[in-house]
Order: sequence, then structure tokens, then C-alpha cells
Amino acid sequence: MSDHAHSHGTMGRLMVGFGLAAFLTIIPFALVMMEVDLPRNWLVGIIMGLGAVQIIVHLVYFLHINSSVEEGWTMAATVFSVVILGIVLAGSLWVMHNMNENMMPMHEMSPTMEMPGSSHGHEGHTPVDDPAATPAEPGTQG
Amino acid sequence: MTMLDTPLTGRIEGPAGPAHSADHAHASPTPIGFWIYLMSDCIIFGCLFATYAVLGYGYAGGPAPHDLFEPGFVAWETALLLFSSITFGIAMLRAEAHDLKGTTLWLIVTGLLGLGFIAMEIYEFNHLIHIGAGPDRSAFLSSFFVLVGTHGLHVTGGLIWLVTLTIQLNWKGLTSANMQRLSTLSMFWHFLDLVWIGVFSFVYLVRLV
Repeated sequence: MSDHAHSHGTMGRLMVGFGLAAFLTIIPFALVMMEVDLPRNWLVGIIMGLGAVQIIVHLVYFLHINSSVEEGWTMAATVFSVVILGIVLAGSLWVMHNMNENMMPMHEMSPTMEMPGSSHGHEGHTPVDDPAATPAEPGTQG
Repeated sequence: MTMLDTPLTGRIEGPAGPAHSADHAHASPTPIGFWIYLMSDCIIFGCLFATYAVLGYGYAGGPAPHDLFEPGFVAWETALLLFSSITFGIAMLRAEAHDLKGTTLWLIVTGLLGLGFIAMEIYEFNHLIHIGAGPDRSAFLSSFFVLVGTHGLHVTGGLIWLVTLTIQLNWKGLTSANMQRLSTLSMFWHFLDLVWIGVFSFVYLVRLV
């Protein structure tokens, strides 16, 4: 392996990366520890945004990622995994949010939908959102 | 004939072999191979982050982040890991300057900082379990322990690797094989610091505002 071919940068570059990383770390911690009076959404946005910027700083200054390393294959692998990460994170949140929105709350479940042995099984609940299913008996649950 | 098959096989042997590799960054497939491992690790962490994002509000009547997390404590952990990243960078530069003593010294400093980080994390986990906020308490705590614990296991693995490699360096010297190992561990160590950025931002700080 040639020492010159795979350069790990210089001391100056390392220190620039360190300065940027320290700066980008101190701001979010200061915001939280000094209980800065900003809207919650702003604070969350600032913390997540600075985190994303710091990840890029680490990639560039510490891991020396650029489009020419390994003829761009390192960059390609990185971009690919970022895309997968985006799909996994955004997809999980989206799917689970929709599920929570559309899920029938437990206390509104029909007795027939519950597991055998459930404590609600013998209380004679009727589904409140589907009265046609049990026309003879009006809804009784609270 | 240039690289036709794959970016990995093309440069070790075959028609596009050594003569062709002079203008490339690497003669070895190790860096790109290890990078692909790191990216797959990154996806594992991504799945654990997604789990935390989904389950992180399931307190089951138990403690919430405000009751458990101390930003000052996390700041110290973050500082230890960031400084260890820098000291590893310095060790790498000393190794490129063929300074075995300097390399060893900075690797030891890196190892001590990493050990401090792990000690703080073990203390935190032990404390949480002791006050009844263990991984069995709620979905929030399960996902927290799995995500932060997986990162901690990686750092522990990195420490074992670091100790082994420091012994190897002083036994065989700064040979090209050892330089390769050192630069691979350097990628691993910086990557763990990178994952920690996500942990302190998303797991701790965002939940404390």
C-alpha cells in the first residue's frame, strides 16, 4: 500500500474538522441545557439539522469521503445506504402513524375480535361503530 | 481493457492488475469492502433508530425521557467520543510519518477515552436498571437500550480491536499490512463517532426540549 495514495489528510484538516464538530455539538447541547425559550418545533429542527450537518462534516473531514475515492464506489455505496435509511426511517414513521390513526381503540373492539380469555369477553360489549352487526341490542359500553 | 467485472476484482489481479493500479487510490480491496460493511452496519443502526422513533413514546405509565436523561452526562460521553476520534486521527498521522512511538501513544490515549465512554455508558445502564427503568419497563426503554446498547457493543469491539492492533504494531512494526489494519480501524472508529451524533441528537436531546 502506498502511503501517499491513501492520504489521511493533514493535521490542519483534522483540526478544522474538530473545530466544526465541536461547534456543531456545543450548540444543540447549549440549547437544551440553557433551556432556550424557542418553540419546540424550532428546537427539534435545529438539533436535527445541526446533527445532519455534523454527520457530513465527519464524513468529509474524518472519513475523507469524496467522489474520487475508489472511482466513486465509496460515494455510491454511501448514497445507496442513505437512500435505504431514508426509506426505512420515513416509511416506518409513515406506516406506523397511519396505523395508529386508523386503529380501533381497544375499548371499542367487538368481543368477537378479542382473544379468548380476555377480560372483556363476557361483558357483552357491542361495537359502537357498527350497530347493524348487532341490531337487537343497543350499544352498552361507556 | 479496463475494469469490466467489478470494482473490487478488477484491481487485484487480472488484465487490469498492478500496472493499472498506480493511478488508483488503493491497491487493496479492503477499504471499499470494509466501507460496504460499515454501510450495512449503518442500515442496522437505521432500523434501530426507526424502532426508537416508533416506540419511543410508549411509556406504559413508566418514566419518560425528562425523568431519566441528563444532558450534562450525555455531553461528557459525547466529548469523550469526539476527542477519541481526534486522537485516532493524530495516531493515523503519526503512523504515516513512520513514528511508531507516537502512534502507540495516541492509540493508547484513544483507547482510554473510549474506555471512559464505555464506563459512563455501563454506569448509566446500571443506574437505569437499578431505579426500575430497565429495558423491560416500557417500549420506550426497550428501544432505547437496544439502540444505545448496540452502539456500546460496537465501541467495545473497537476497543478490543484497538488493543490487539497496538500490540501487533509494536510486535511487527508499521508494515504495510499493519497500516492497512490501522486505516480500517480508523474508519470503524470514526464511523462509531458518526453514529453517536445521531444518538445524542435524536435519542437524548430532541426528547428533552
